[in-house]
Amino acid sequence: MTLDQKLAILSDAAKYDASCASSGGAKRHSRDGKGLGSVTGSGICHAYAPDGRCISLLKILMTNFCIYDCAYCINRVSSNVKRARFSPEEVVHLTLEFYRRNYIEGLFLSSGIIRSPDDTMADMVRIARTLRTEHRFRGYIHLKTIPDADPKLIEEAGLYADRLSINVELPTDTAVKSYAPEKSPDQIRKAMADVRILKEERKEKSFTGKRPPRFAPAGQSTQMIVGADGANDATILKTSTRLYSSYRLKRVYYSAFSPIPDASSTLPLIKPPLMREHRLYQADWLLRFYGFELGEITGATQGGNLDLEVDPKLAWALANRHAFPVDVNRADRETLLRVPGFGTKTVTRILATRRHRGLRYEDLQRMGANLKNARPFITLPGWSPRNTLDAADLRARFAPPPEQLALF
Amino acid sequence: MHRVDLPTVGTFEAWRDAARGLLSAGVAPEQVLWQHGEGAGDLFDGPGAPLPKADATARITVPKGFLALTRLALWHRDPERFARAYALLCALQDNPRLIHDRGDPRVAKLNAMAKEVGRDKHKMTAFVRFREIGEPDAPRRRFAAWFEPSHFITEPTAPFFAKRFGDMDWTIFTPDLSAHFENGTLRFAPGAPKPPLAEDDTETLWRTYFRSIFNPARVKLKAMQAEMPKKYWKNLPEADLIPEMVATARARAAGMAEAAPTLAPARAGRILHRLHNEREDVPPIDSEAEFRAALQGCRRCPLWENATQPVPGEGPLDAKLMFVGEQPGDQEDLTGGPFVGPAGRLFDEVLGEAGIDRSKAYVTNAVKHFKFKPRGKRRLHEPPNSHEIQHCRWWLDIERKRVQPGLIVALGATALESLTGNRKGLLKRRGSVEAADDGTPVFITVHPSFLLRLPDRAQQADERARFRDDLRAAAAMVA
Repeated sequence: MTLDQKLAILSDAAKYDASCASSGGAKRHSRDGKGLGSVTGSGICHAYAPDGRCISLLKILMTNFCIYDCAYCINRVSSNVKRARFSPEEVVHLTLEFYRRNYIEGLFLSSGIIRSPDDTMADMVRIARTLRTEHRFRGYIHLKTIPDADPKLIEEAGLYADRLSINVELPTDTAVKSYAPEKSPDQIRKAMADVRILKEERKEKSFTGKRPPRFAPAGQSTQMIVGADGANDATILKTSTRLYSSYRLKRVYYSAFSPIPDASSTLPLIKPPLMREHRLYQADWLLRFYGFELGEITGATQGGNLDLEVDPKLAWALANRHAFPVDVNRADRETLLRVPGFGTKTVTRILATRRHRGLRYEDLQRMGANLKNARPFITLPGWSPRNTLDAADLRARFAPPPEQLALF
Repeated sequence: MHRVDLPTVGTFEAWRDAARGLLSAGVAPEQVLWQHGEGAGDLFDGPGAPLPKADATARITVPKGFLALTRLALWHRDPERFARAYALLCALQDNPRLIHDRGDPRVAKLNAMAKEVGRDKHKMTAFVRFREIGEPDAPRRRFAAWFEPSHFITEPTAPFFAKRFGDMDWTIFTPDLSAHFENGTLRFAPGAPKPPLAEDDTETLWRTYFRSIFNPARVKLKAMQAEMPKKYWKNLPEADLIPEMVATARARAAGMAEAAPTLAPARAGRILHRLHNEREDVPPIDSEAEFRAALQGCRRCPLWENATQPVPGEGPLDAKLMFVGEQPGDQEDLTGGPFVGPAGRLFDEVLGEAGIDRSKAYVTNAVKHFKFKPRGKRRLHEPPNSHEIQHCRWWLDIERKRVQPGLIVALGATALESLTGNRKGLLKRRGSVEAADDGTPVFITVHPSFLLRLPDRAQQADERARFRDDLRAAAAMVA
């Protein structure tokens, strides 16, 4: 099999992992001429595929042979997909050659489980080690860790990789047990706990004042598949809140369950709307950066699922009209952050300008606020919502117009 | 009228020097004509009035943020940029706080320009595609690229590439300016037309990767074009694949949905059979492992849902002394051992002072799973309720039966409730000995985390001494 054919199979097998972030790594560069690559801290997306996903890293599987039988996965043992396996040298070669041509920020390496979890993890660590020590590669490395692997291997992986991740796969333990019978939710939790402990241990200086080498400076992340089991958005968000607080995750990725070639018969054939994934990310952001409590977001849902037609902040505002209108010239940061159409940047700008003078409606336009959404919920010189807040059809003004059902 | 000619390389520094001179001479913004590049002619051609030299003694101050703003905005292609920046500089002399006013049209305009330049710079770091022009096995490999930026960003973006590709030589040609990096030295030369760069073998692999990483079941063209606008496509080796990928996506996705589930390959059954057998080959061996396995599967109350793992007690089974705390905390939940967090460290210290060897005692908790409330990146401890304490007594009872200690030390109200059925009046009952349901004596004292929460230092020292005395008294009872 040629390298080109292997690459086609093993990148096709890796595309269901949503994560492609290359941000948050330890800053470094190769201006000294003794190596290759740099990490600036913020990621770069070098291309975009027509599915709207960014291509930042060379995202491949070491092999798509796998001894597990997870129903949602294209690489499960019972699937008839074509199989291939890279040699570690081939992965190193591809990473470096792609990097030199400025196609990628680095490598995101994952793998099917072959022979045993320890063997698989050891091979992945070997690739990272070769890149770092032999080729002095200073770009970004993201390794998918295998939950059942020896903690010593995970520890070594964290010394070479910027980011480690372990997928929780499905929002509830019951769903994991039924769709991924070989995986153990307990093991996955313990593996995430181990990564957090290893990372925190290495933050402390030793008694000589020396700092130990950093462990996975870009932290850890995880992925949940949305729409494969019956879990609603409230359950999913509850799980991610738990994960963020327990294991200090940088990101929880939500991946709308995608039909795969050669699908397992145990899965639903209907794919969830991509919008659901988008709404979950929006809710996730509100929880982490806008001071929302889980209960406030799930309280504005129907049957525990987020409104697909309007974003979660607008949905919350529509359900809590008594908290509005907000006086833009007097409200505090927390209140301003709750106005639909105001992002964190807009709010910072409002507060900076307010220190010197009062704001008018035209100022907000220049500050980048989304006034279409914000208008009914704010008041300031040059604008008053009058009684739009009480209008019965307020939601309809934001939601897309109803569509006639297609006959065919 | 003054006329300032700014060079194509080092534009920002030249502008800054000229602006200093003009400002210290008190020249009004409308009195200056800014020109960029060589031979930039104007209707009013002519040398104009001589440029005032910057007065070395005059100190010009600008508010923080102005330099960072102009350092970006001046690379914009808008011919007005120098005049706008100078006008803002003059306005800032009267009102330095203006820089924070994002509603002011002058500030907003320059910020908008800076944003466009920043975005263009970012896209340059993303979309430059090198092709190899030297020998692949040369000690320093050589690459070149052609790029068409929207603004004059080659000079400010070149250092990014110098830092990233330190061990190779490279050239980036653009219509305005070309950047050359050879043996670690960066230099600039005038712009060039698109050079013929031969196709690179690795490009074929890259195109294969681009085609394979795309998921045809989810087409989001708008999202793609928002981040990768079409104006960049002509210089991206992968972009000409896009139309065909989009055109066939729908049929490919429909094909996946229609394909009937296939029979699993023959090896699948063999592998799964072996895997499941292996798992069952390792049954719990001794009773400790059995106990842990049973505890691991505990679903008696819903606390397991949010916790990482249950935390069993730790210590020898012939221990005379048993310590019962409340529940595992953040660190205990992560590591799986009791009393290892802040309260645990304090507990260890005081045990040491009281002369008790922790490794000879059995240390456990009344509740085995961590109960908490997520708050951002932290987990806030929540005390277990009576219901949960009741359910978890099952496990504590097993531990008590296995260890059969001479004395149990109840640390805090939760342990007290679990052991005696009543949590009221902890501080009044402190230091006394009561009996558990099977008659084992229970010594009552506070939980070490009580000491951590005391705000006052003197009080802390007092309480610590009392706690130490309590532990000593308890140890003396079984000595």
